[in-house]
Amino acid sequence: MSTSLRNRPGPALAVAAAVLLVGAIALAFYWVPDDADQGFSQRIFYIHVPLAITAYACFFWAAWKALRLLWKADERYDLESYTAVHMGVMFGILTLVTGSIWARISWGVWWSWSERQLVLFLVLFLFYSAYFMLRYSVDPGPRRARMSAVYALFGVVLIPVSFLAIRLAEDFIHPVVFTQRGPQMAGSMFVVFCLSFAGCLALAGALYQTELAGKRLDVRLRELRRALA
Amino acid sequence: MISARDLSKRFGEKEVLRDVDVEVARGGFLLVTGRNGSGKSTLLRLFAGLLAPSDGELAVEVERHAVGYVGHEPLVYRELTSVENLELYGRLYRVPERRERIGMLLERYGLWDARHERVSTYSRGMQQRLALCRALLHDPELLLLDEPFAGLDREGATLLDGELGELVATRTFVVASHQPERLERFATAGLALA
Amino acid sequence: MTSYLSDVAVLARKDLLLELRSRDTVPAMLLFVVSALVVFHFALPSETAESDLAASGLLWVAILFTALLGLTRAFVAEREQGLIDALVLAPCDRSAIWLAKTVSVVCFLLVAEAFALPAFALFFSPVDGVTVAAVLLSNLGIAAVGSLLSAIAAASRTRELLLPLLFLPLAIPIVVGGVGASVAEEPGRFLGFLGLYDGIFAIISWASFEYVVTE
Repeated sequence: MSTSLRNRPGPALAVAAAVLLVGAIALAFYWVPDDADQGFSQRIFYIHVPLAITAYACFFWAAWKALRLLWKADERYDLESYTAVHMGVMFGILTLVTGSIWARISWGVWWSWSERQLVLFLVLFLFYSAYFMLRYSVDPGPRRARMSAVYALFGVVLIPVSFLAIRLAEDFIHPVVFTQRGPQMAGSMFVVFCLSFAGCLALAGALYQTELAGKRLDVRLRELRRALA
Repeated sequence: MISARDLSKRFGEKEVLRDVDVEVARGGFLLVTGRNGSGKSTLLRLFAGLLAPSDGELAVEVERHAVGYVGHEPLVYRELTSVENLELYGRLYRVPERRERIGMLLERYGLWDARHERVSTYSRGMQQRLALCRALLHDPELLLLDEPFAGLDREGATLLDGELGELVATRTFVVASHQPERLERFATAGLALA
Repeated sequence: MTSYLSDVAVLARKDLLLELRSRDTVPAMLLFVVSALVVFHFALPSETAESDLAASGLLWVAILFTALLGLTRAFVAEREQGLIDALVLAPCDRSAIWLAKTVSVVCFLLVAEAFALPAFALFFSPVDGVTVAAVLLSNLGIAAVGSLLSAIAAASRTRELLLPLLFLPLAIPIVVGGVGASVAEEPGRFLGFLGLYDGIFAIISWASFEYVVTE
C-alpha cells in the first residue's frame, strides 16, 4: 500500500472554504433581511442547516467508502471511511451546538426534543461515537477494517429509519411545539444559504483531505520503519 | 496445492511472519519447525483461511470442505458430548454415512466408551484425540495440524503415528511442531521459522 | 437452499442444546427482567407509574436490557473456546451462522417475555394484544441486529462493554415502535414500522455477517 504525493491537500479547497464561509457569514449578518417569524436569531439557520447536511454527506461518503472496502478488500478505503466518519461527527457536534444555541436564543431552552433534526443528530452522534469505541477496542488489521465498514453501513441505514422513528414518536411524546420554521426562503436568503452550504462542504473536503493525508503519512512512515528494521 | 510468496503477517505493530516463501505440492508433507512464538500457528491459520495476509501472496487450491484443521484449541463444544460434536460437524461437512464414520473414528481413537459424556469431563489427551477425529471426519485432502501430538499419551501418539502413516501417501499435510523428530520420516519438505 | 436451511437448523439446534445443558443465559434473563421491573417500581413516583405511557416505556426498557444480557452471551462459547474458527472453516455459508444465532436469541427472548409480560401486568398495568404483538415483532429486529453486533463485540477487547454501546442507538427505533404501538390509538403504523425495521436490519445483518467473522 503506497501513498503518493498527490494526496497532499490542495490549498484550493481550503481557500475556497475560507472565502465561501467568510462571505456567507458576512452576508448572513449584513445583507439578508430579517426572518418574518423569528427575527435576527433565525440567522443561525444559515450555518446550522448547511452543517447538518454536510454531516450527512460525510456519513454517506463514509458508507460509500465502507462499501468499497468490503467489495474490493482494499484497506486503503478503511482510512478514507474512518476519516469521513470523523468529519461527520465533528460537523455533527457543530450541528448540535449551533442548534442548541438557536434553541436558546429563540425559545430560551438549551435543548428541545421537538426539534427533529437535533434529536436525529443526537442519535447519530451516539451511534458514530460507538464507531470510535469499536475502533479503539479492536486491534488494527483487516478484521477491524471490515467491522468498521459494516458498522458505517448500518449508520446510513439508521439515518432514515431513525428519522421515521422520531417523526412517529412525536405522536405520543406530545412535545411542546414551538413555531414551525418553514423552508420558504426569499431569493437573497437562498443565495446565502447556498454559499454557506458550499462553504461547509468545502471546509469538510479540506479537513478530510488534510486528515487523510496525515493518516496516510503515518501509515507510510510505519511501512518504512518496518522495511528498514 | 499451497503456494506462498513473500508472505507476511502483522498483528498491529507486531510482525509475526516475514517474507515466507514456501510451496506445498499435492501429496506433500511440509514440516514447519521453530521455537514458540515463531509464527507456526499463524502460518497454519493463514493456510486455513482464518487469517488474511498482511503482505505477499498466498494461494491455497483447495476448498473449505476439503480442509482439516487442528489448532491449539480442540474446537469442540465442551458442553456437548463427543457424539453430538461429531454429529454437528458431520452435518455441516455433509459427511456421507455419518453415523458409521463417527462410530469408526471414536472407536479407533479410544473414545467410544466415553462418547455420551460431555467433553468438559474429558482429559486433555482425550480432547486432543477428539480434535483429531473432528479434523479427519470429513476425509479432507489437506490436513493442517498445529502441534498434533500435544497432550497425547503414548497410546494416543501411537494412534496418530499410525494414522499419519496411512494417510501420508494420499493426502497433503502441513504440520507444525516444535519437536519434529517424530515427524521427520514423513516429511517431504521442511520450513524453519525464525 | 435446503442445504442452507439445514445448516441453519443444525447450528440453531446446537445453540439451543447448549443452553439447555448449561442453563446459563435464560434463567439469568428471567431473573433480570423481573428484578428490573421491581427496580422500576421503586424508581418512579406513584402518579407516573399509574400512567400507561410511562409504564409501557418501562416494559421496553426492561426487555431491551434483558435482551442485551442474553446477547452478550450469544457468542461466548465461540469466543472463549475459539470455536468461531471451526464454524468459519466449515463449508457452510457464514450467514447461516448468523441466522442460526438469531433464531436461538429469538427463542431465549420468547422465554424471557413469557415471564416478563405477566410480571409487568402484575406490577404495573394490563398488557393488551397489541403490546404482545409489538413485543413479538420486535424480537426479530433485536435478535438480528444483536447477533451481528455480538459477533463484533466478541472479537473486541472490551466485549461486554462494547455491545451496549453499539446496540442502544440502533435499538431506539424499536422502542419508538413498541411504545407507540402500546399507547397510540392507531397502532397499525407503529407495528408496520417495527416490521420495516425488522426487514431492513435483518437483511443487512444477514448480508454483512460474513465480513464480520472473516478476515
